[in-house]
Amino acid sequence: MDITYTAEEQAFRAEVRDFLRDGLPGDISDKVRGGRRLTRDDHLRWHAALNARGWLAVHWPKEHGGTGWGPVRRHIFDEECAAAGAPQIIPFGVNMVAPVIIKFGTEEQKRHYLPRILDGTDWWCQGYSEPGAGSDLASVKTRAVRDGDHYVVNGQKTWTTLGQHANMIFCLVRTDASVKPQEGISFLLIDMDAPGVTVRPIVTLDGEHEVNEVFLDEVRVPVENLVGQENKGWTCAKYLLTYERTGIAGVGMAKAALRHLKAVARRQERCGRPLIEDPIFRRRLAEVEIDLMALEMTNLRVVAAVQGGGVPGAESSILKVRGTEIRQAITDLLRRAAGPYALPFQHEALGSGFNEEPVGPDYAAPLAPQYFNRRKLSIYGGSNEIQKNIVAKMILGL
Amino acid sequence: MDFTLNDEQRMLEETAGRLVRDRYGFEQRRRHAAEPKGYGAAIWAMMAELGLPAVPFPERDGGFAGGGVELLVLHRQFGRGLTLEPYLASVVLGGGLLSRLGGEAQRDAVLPQAIAGETILALAYAEPAAGYDPFWIGTRAERAGDGWRISGAKSVVLHGDGAGRLLVTARTGGGTGDRDGISVFLVDPTQAGVGVRGYATIDGLRAAEVTLVGAAGELVGPEGGAAEALEATLAAGCVALCAEAVGAMEQACELTLDYLKTRQQFGAPIGRNQVLQHRMVDMRIALEQARSMAILAACSLELSPAERERRVSAAKALIGTAGRLVAEEAIQMHGGMGMTEEAAISHYAKRLVMIDHWLGDSDYHTARFAELPEAA
Repeated sequence: MDITYTAEEQAFRAEVRDFLRDGLPGDISDKVRGGRRLTRDDHLRWHAALNARGWLAVHWPKEHGGTGWGPVRRHIFDEECAAAGAPQIIPFGVNMVAPVIIKFGTEEQKRHYLPRILDGTDWWCQGYSEPGAGSDLASVKTRAVRDGDHYVVNGQKTWTTLGQHANMIFCLVRTDASVKPQEGISFLLIDMDAPGVTVRPIVTLDGEHEVNEVFLDEVRVPVENLVGQENKGWTCAKYLLTYERTGIAGVGMAKAALRHLKAVARRQERCGRPLIEDPIFRRRLAEVEIDLMALEMTNLRVVAAVQGGGVPGAESSILKVRGTEIRQAITDLLRRAAGPYALPFQHEALGSGFNEEPVGPDYAAPLAPQYFNRRKLSIYGGSNEIQKNIVAKMILGL
Repeated sequence: MDFTLNDEQRMLEETAGRLVRDRYGFEQRRRHAAEPKGYGAAIWAMMAELGLPAVPFPERDGGFAGGGVELLVLHRQFGRGLTLEPYLASVVLGGGLLSRLGGEAQRDAVLPQAIAGETILALAYAEPAAGYDPFWIGTRAERAGDGWRISGAKSVVLHGDGAGRLLVTARTGGGTGDRDGISVFLVDPTQAGVGVRGYATIDGLRAAEVTLVGAAGELVGPEGGAAEALEATLAAGCVALCAEAVGAMEQACELTLDYLKTRQQFGAPIGRNQVLQHRMVDMRIALEQARSMAILAACSLELSPAERERRVSAAKALIGTAGRLVAEEAIQMHGGMGMTEEAAISHYAKRLVMIDHWLGDSDYHTARFAELPEAA
């Protein structure tokens, strides 16, 4: 047994670090580290920098312009990106719909969409969730009725992350209501500029606009936008979810957040002494750090197994549950570290072009909003309750 | 032993409860929050008309001599409605300290207007480097002629931006952190030398950073001897916050229970799911424990300081933790809906988590509880 990275893997890590030092714009990493809002342009610039290096499509095979990396390299890359303060790659195009198109799409669809994902022409968003469906994805009600060369789509999608920036949405739609729920679903690509598509913002409890509702009213979608076969969309949906679940442990992000927490605790004063010297706080910090060390090793065990040719199964549910709990625990401690300065609600201070002096320490403004925002981690992507059901069924056989 | 309310307390509960039920629905609260002061001016006037701000003051100040139980009764209702009006800031904290410390002339000059709701008082005690320790005071006051000049910075002063008078703690002796040498001053925030920077807090209230540069202040109470009155005032504030947390928890539990019964997933109400049932039970247990501690703290305000402080810190510590559990579980069980601005539950959750950031969080009060000597 050897838990160290190979020389080749370490060399790769150094290469990633070199790239990040030169290729990641400093103003963007400053925003990420400071917990401030990113613009559409910030994301596009980062995607363009990655694409120029050939590192945007980490999951794609090389023939389509991807990296062809295995799980260990992807893991190292994620970890280094998070450490450097890189924004998360917006996954909907490059990591979600693209693998589905590569696996199930027509040649024409591959030729058309994949380059546009790489060069940033298309910004994709996800049309899976619906009001009333939640984690019960197979209950989709949005209907698509064939009319000549088109499907006519009616329904509503929700929790559409960054849909306000998107020009394309991939949707699960019901094309047959007379069969078992999973059997009458199709996977459709819809142009957001098509008549009948309306995006309405949902403001979350932290005051941010990150998610949206998308209304589809008599939207005409060309039949060539169907991916895979009609009524076989559930296969695409499940395949896409396996990609949603890679990197699910969020170890890199948790480590970056933990470093930030320590930096805050060193600067935050309590009765004239740094908070990090407070015994209760030190203990809480130590506990979450130990939990994170265990998660990292668990994650590496799964990564190594997949590298060896295995398929990540219900283990990713364990990673999701623990990973989200740990990230939530860290944001909880960050909020608490700010003490009374967690209270001021400085919405403007999170945006660009805010030149005033913040209220309290300069790191304090995002901490409480982030704590509330990160409550979503245990809800989305299949709630943690659903993940535990999966573990109970698939691993424990209950 | 008797846990029931007497007739007067029951009437108080009915009055406050009716006000909240009739005037503080979620949509109404949204409108109050959008008013210029960040709370309902008409509601505040109505509270004053009903005599609510008079409740905790002694009769000599025109009050009804209410104690901890009266605070509990009122603030539990305030918590159910997530009210925004400056009762805690002006009546319990600012008014409470002035009433405890002030001379007759000072009380007569200020308290009637505060009780009438015409003047808002705010207590500026916290400081940027202090965390939650009220005795960690770097602000200093020095004699200047007949009066005093105060210099320093005060942080997150509840309703500090709408206040007509500030009660400012400052050091006239001793070193930072000492119990002795703390004095209280009545400060007019409109004078030169006082900077007030107001802002909204994440739980929907108003607060301010206050800077004092040689500002004139009127000494309230004995020079250097305000620690005991400050502690007693903050204890009353903690009782009010504990009660508000209980009211907010009650609502959060009711909303969540209702959601478990009505929300369908996989063809059944999600409340059929045993694991959610158990977690709802955990929320309910946390609520009952919080209720108990809020009662304990409310009934301890008249005890000796040593006994009072231990019980109040215990209550604030437990309720901080219980409130966070209820808030986090309520959001989680509401799923995405619990994350949205338009759902009432997210506002209850925010208030519950943020109550822990007012007047000392669970870590601060747990450590304090451990350090306070046990009363004989």
